[in-house]
Amino acid sequence: MTVTAPTDIGTPVPPWHGFAGQSWRERIDVRDFIQANYTPYEGDSSFLTGPTDRTTTVWDKIAALFPEERRRGILDVDTVTPSTITSHRPGFIDADRELIVGLQTDAPLKRAIMPNGGLRMVENGLRAYGYEPDPFVSRVFGTYRKTHNDGVFDAYTPDMLRARKAGIITGLPDAYGRGRIIGDYRRVALYGTARLTEAKRAERALLDARPSTADVIRDREELAEQIRALGELEQMAASYGCDVTRPAATAHEAVQWLYLGYLAAVKEQNGAAMSLGRTSTFLDVYLARDLAEGLIDETRAQELIDDFVIKLRIVRFLRTPEYDALFSGDPTWVTESIGGIGEDGRPLVTRTSFRFLQTLYNLGPAPEPNLTVLWSPRLPAGFKRFCAQVSIDTSAVQYESDDLLRPNTGDDTAIACCVSAMAVGRQMQFFGARVNLAKALLYAINGGRDEMTGDRIAPATPPLTGEYLDYDELSAAYDRTLDWLAATYVNALNVIHYMHDKYAYERLEMALHDHPVHRYLACGIAGLSVAADSLSAVRHARVKVIRDATGLAVDYVVEGDYPAYGNNDDRADAIATGLVKSFMAKVARQPAYRDAEHTQSVLTITSNVVYGHHTGNTPDGRRAGAPFAPGANPMNGRDHHGIVASALSVAKLPYDCARDGISLTSTITPEGLGHDPAERAGNLVGILDAYTAAGGFHMNVNVLDRATLQDAMEHPENYPDLTIRVSGYAVNFVRLTREQQLDVISRTFHGAL
Amino acid sequence: MSTTGRVHSWDLSTGVDGPGTRFVLFISGCPLRCLYCANPDTWHMRDGKELTTDDVMAEIEKYRPFITTAGGGVTLTGGEPLLQPAFTAEILHRCKELGLHTALDTSGFLGARATDALLADTDLVLLDIKSFDVAAYRKLTGGELAPTLNFATRLDQLGIPVWIRYVLVPGRTDDPAAVDGLAAFVAGLTNVDRVDVLPFHKLGAAKYDALGIPFPLRDTPVPEPALTERVREQFREHGLRAL
Repeated sequence: MTVTAPTDIGTPVPPWHGFAGQSWRERIDVRDFIQANYTPYEGDSSFLTGPTDRTTTVWDKIAALFPEERRRGILDVDTVTPSTITSHRPGFIDADRELIVGLQTDAPLKRAIMPNGGLRMVENGLRAYGYEPDPFVSRVFGTYRKTHNDGVFDAYTPDMLRARKAGIITGLPDAYGRGRIIGDYRRVALYGTARLTEAKRAERALLDARPSTADVIRDREELAEQIRALGELEQMAASYGCDVTRPAATAHEAVQWLYLGYLAAVKEQNGAAMSLGRTSTFLDVYLARDLAEGLIDETRAQELIDDFVIKLRIVRFLRTPEYDALFSGDPTWVTESIGGIGEDGRPLVTRTSFRFLQTLYNLGPAPEPNLTVLWSPRLPAGFKRFCAQVSIDTSAVQYESDDLLRPNTGDDTAIACCVSAMAVGRQMQFFGARVNLAKALLYAINGGRDEMTGDRIAPATPPLTGEYLDYDELSAAYDRTLDWLAATYVNALNVIHYMHDKYAYERLEMALHDHPVHRYLACGIAGLSVAADSLSAVRHARVKVIRDATGLAVDYVVEGDYPAYGNNDDRADAIATGLVKSFMAKVARQPAYRDAEHTQSVLTITSNVVYGHHTGNTPDGRRAGAPFAPGANPMNGRDHHGIVASALSVAKLPYDCARDGISLTSTITPEGLGHDPAERAGNLVGILDAYTAAGGFHMNVNVLDRATLQDAMEHPENYPDLTIRVSGYAVNFVRLTREQQLDVISRTFHGAL
Repeated sequence: MSTTGRVHSWDLSTGVDGPGTRFVLFISGCPLRCLYCANPDTWHMRDGKELTTDDVMAEIEKYRPFITTAGGGVTLTGGEPLLQPAFTAEILHRCKELGLHTALDTSGFLGARATDALLADTDLVLLDIKSFDVAAYRKLTGGELAPTLNFATRLDQLGIPVWIRYVLVPGRTDDPAAVDGLAAFVAGLTNVDRVDVLPFHKLGAAKYDALGIPFPLRDTPVPEPALTERVREQFREHGLRAL
């Protein structure tokens, strides 16, 4: 340490003393280490401790900067230094008090520029907040160093450009970091970088005898970059006084080493989601050892986690206001996956699983890190109850079905972003944003023309010309449109990820993966409920078409009632299920870059507002511009039988055809869960158990009332911490746009009426 | 042979219509006309949709695994479920056969129509005692109080668990003496697990507008939290668990 030297860092003990197991010593295998060493905890939350004065002092110091940051959009930015792992001198919040050190730049909340993804995003981001881009940076990245963004636009086809401009394919990571790659940061703590570098050299040596084809050359170059990045991590860590070349010897070092690995990643990449992985039970092995040896007490153990979480809460990237509007607020998706059940049946819940959740009390509620509980009815009762209590008190926890994850990606799965599963260190994904299924339906009706501009976007097909829409005719036309859409979409994604690998490769994150790595191509769909309800309306009611002078269908009149998705009614739910299956099959037919395995998500984050904005009137009766429902949610106000019926509709969507996740956001008032806190927690546990047992994949649980939200709109200064969960992650309500706030409020409140 | 009944709607709720997460069936028709009624659209049997108990059980079946795992059951409410006692009895019986927890939400005004067999299939009665003052009861509901109290006594004799529900309306049901009288009566029963004091709300006002019926309590304020707490405390003073 350059500044302070906590007594328990640098203790000269053999780092692995007291650890059991063999195979993790011989090869890089963190899962094996965890399985051989962790102690499941089946008790309740009574052992937890509150924040110490030290913790509160550090947190208050950083929290005091938030109002100014909120007011100005960003607190500060270094405009001249493109960020690398080693670009900035060490920074501190309160050097005398911090237990876990390391900042992205030399000062807290000071953002860095990362032009490798795209220069324009950097320049626009700076100008939006009143900073002038540095001319030298602009010259280097405009003249001498090509960016990911430049590469993508060199290779896009006119078809892709049209689809992108019209917003039928949208949110593509073609101008910024793709993210959703989780480095196995635990490896830094368990093995140290010297051993990791050695393992990388061995992986590379295996390529020496292979013919130098394009694929092999690229692999060799990437491994060389990975090794270089590990060296830079060592340098950066050394600047904070930490020798990460060797394994962590104490719990304090384990948290610190792990964090430095993560910090190196967020210094190098501004990916849309920079998720942490599954660290709590790993760290628990170290904390339990130090506790047993009397090196630390529970207060210290909690302090280490609290201090770590403070750091995770202040990860910042320079983005544009438009980007923030799309994603609602300023998210980083530092997702941490907690809990779950091991393949041997033992719960992966430890005391440190509780300690992570406890930070929401010790530091107050916050959207980041994105605490994600991998739920199973088989989790220990004490843990389930604590999760439910934390949810009810903070609305800052999301849940994913461990019973669906485990059979597919194993018991060392972590979630990237909101719902994207991968085996930590073994699998990664190419983030693919999403297509707008509702707009595609309108293209089918209009023979490939955009309903808002009249421009031809999809290939010309005969438009539907009847006075009323015919279900069979519409289905056939829609199927053809979706064929075109899937092909255009996957081909665009291939371009994007080719260029991202080439110009903005995640050197450090990939250094913390095995080679070769399993890749997913994570496609996605938005507007599912609008499309399903539109088809249901055409099938079960009568939908009259209103056309403009050019013959463009611009509005619809629904005559009669139709069953809507979200009421546990198969007549509508089967349509939604069919769309998910059919689009998955269509994308899977397209060749994927680097032989990635195709997956798909039903997840729209809060961009459901933006997508709705860009979509005309739809045959379900939705008006042009009105927001879509988030994720896989039923359309607002069309679920008439309460939260359970709507959840069961969502649970019917087949996870096998949406392995990148299916998101459900449930807003519920406290009274809608029961009369008193104990009853509410018990009832929420029951709902989560039953939803998981029904095959539900993901649930955000917002527990609040309408009056609170309305008051927060009028008096945001009184609610700086009001956290609500939207599709897949939590945001500060007061940082949403007014339109998004109204959308959240108008969403069905499942209170007792 | 499946009995036919008139049903307004159904939904699922948690923590408000009996323990846990429950399938709640709103049965059409009610003999009372409570001034604060939040569901005027359930007053008339003729407005309900005609369903057989088979239809209802098919819907319940879709939620049985969920309810069983989450912990909960089926609640029959309305309207007044005892206005259609045969239909209600058959649904309760068939739910019991499936091992589901059953609750009957009633004013007790038609308690005499509930057969012992029907009550044997009922795990819990949510008994809505709207006032303990005979005149006030008549004014508030258009009906008589005595049948409800008789029903309460009969449930006690049968040993069927009861949750008392008491809707608190400022100026109408907040008289301390009347509350105290009710608390004393309830405390004399041996089968009451809890008393839910439910603050009056006006969320049903829009339904009155839609039906073109004046909402009598449109200008009545909802109770202040302090008043609600006072009334709950009155019940607690009689040794009751009031929520």
